Amino acid sequence: MTMTTNLTNQAHPALVLDVQDVHKHFTLHLRDSRMLPVLQRVSLQVRAGECVALVGASGQGKSTLMKCLYGSYGVGGGRMLVHTPDGTLDMAAATPHQVLSLRRRDMAYVSQFLRAVPRVPAIDVVAERLLQADPRLSDVGATASDADWAEAAQAARARAAVLFTRLNLPSALWELPPATFSGGEQQRVNIARGFIQPARLLLLDEPTASLDARNRRVVIELIEEAKAAGTAVVGIFHDEEVRDAVASRCIPMPTIGHDSQCSTAPATLQAALQTETLTP
Amino acid sequence: MPLDHSHLTPLLEVNALSHRFAQARPDQWAVQDAALRLYPGEVVAIVGESGSGKSTLLNCLAGRITPTQGEVHYRAANGEQLDVHHMPQRQRRVLARTEWGFVEQHAADGLRMGVSAGANIGERLMGQGLRHYGDVRQNALDWMQRVELDTGRIDDSPRGFSGGMRQRLQIARNLVTRPRLVLMDEPTSGLDVSVQARLLDLIRLLVARMHVSVLIVTHDLGVARLLAHRTLVMRHGRIVEHGLTDRVLDDPQHAYTQLLVASVVTP
Repeated sequence: MTMTTNLTNQAHPALVLDVQDVHKHFTLHLRDSRMLPVLQRVSLQVRAGECVALVGASGQGKSTLMKCLYGSYGVGGGRMLVHTPDGTLDMAAATPHQVLSLRRRDMAYVSQFLRAVPRVPAIDVVAERLLQADPRLSDVGATASDADWAEAAQAARARAAVLFTRLNLPSALWELPPATFSGGEQQRVNIARGFIQPARLLLLDEPTASLDARNRRVVIELIEEAKAAGTAVVGIFHDEEVRDAVASRCIPMPTIGHDSQCSTAPATLQAALQTETLTP
Repeated sequence: MPLDHSHLTPLLEVNALSHRFAQARPDQWAVQDAALRLYPGEVVAIVGESGSGKSTLLNCLAGRITPTQGEVHYRAANGEQLDVHHMPQRQRRVLARTEWGFVEQHAADGLRMGVSAGANIGERLMGQGLRHYGDVRQNALDWMQRVELDTGRIDDSPRGFSGGMRQRLQIARNLVTRPRLVLMDEPTSGLDVSVQARLLDLIRLLVARMHVSVLIVTHDLGVARLLAHRTLVMRHGRIVEHGLTDRVLDDPQHAYTQLLVASVVTP
């Protein structure tokens, strides 16, 4: 890894994400080790304050690329450089500790579905993201007392409440675990969690899919505010109104001529594997 | 730079560890060539089906089983590097009740069933020299609250507790001395789903706040997903895959991990 200097000025906003020639395939060991290519030679650059929308039909690997950028998927080759004030990390070669460290503060991901933690109230699902990013509480060797935690938690919950209010989430829901919420309510919890900690790189996978017009506009505002604060955004927006409002550029997927022989990317590897009969 | 954690010293380091039980065939290894490092504040899950060797590995790490080959090194609070299997037994016993914790699958194995809940929590404190009865009792009350046990039952025997309550008591008993390393062997299996969720949530919060390092053995991928930063997959005594938990579960590379992930009804 090398140190870089990020000069942020209007004319040349700093490069935040530099994806170079990334490819990815799944090897389905349960199906005679069949190879399923999903990304081929993807390159893209995103600068601070920019929002790049990935566009293309389903199965072209848009969500797969997001998961690769976030580190949930490995890649077969190429580089995915994330530049931060602390240095540059190649997500294609990063260790688990480096990925987790980047996720704690500099990289946020809003997926389509909330992976709800049992029993945790919605407001804490969101506040927790701030507590995890707080070096006084969560860095190795931090020695915060119970009182420090309580104070930080109270402040984090207050900020989560502000976001919930903006997103019109009824306050009666704040203290309930989101597992039983409707799709739109869960998505707003997810959005609040993604936006509460200012990130260097923000990944949005269909953040408005189950929202009504009023809340879609709130999400547009949140994205615009993040851009103004220098966040680089990569998003998938099937809603054209949202995409037109926030996207600085659109990148078609696949980024180069797609091999017509190759099947479409499964939503998840699990989906590809689940077509197999369940084996004990 | 902050993104680079290579400067961190592991708390626990295992190299080329293999174990064969005395009565086993010469080629029948319970654990074969296991290597792992556990860093401060990190939660690592070891997943695999019954008989994969995950509990044997955990017992080797805890010093309860002396492995046939390989070494386990632990970096003590005073900075000393200790060879877990070549230190005096007395020293290992002291570690086991101060810097280490071990949460058993069956709470009855980890608790003293003949004494009260409060005495179960207080035992390690008294072992560390806390003699004042009022302080020990106050600590026990605090910890009963932390693990959501009714403080009114401090003088009750854990025999009258449900499985979930016993498991929470066992966790309090282990964490009361703020250990640096806690090993957990299937802490949630055998409990009702709602009780499991409560216990997992509790472990998650306590671990985050206390920055304790945890190795948790589980056959439940959901437990790994919820708690662990990293996950190791074991099969036939070997670690076949390891990495970031969401990477291992969402993009498994090894055929066996793919089978495990595909066999889960709700991951």
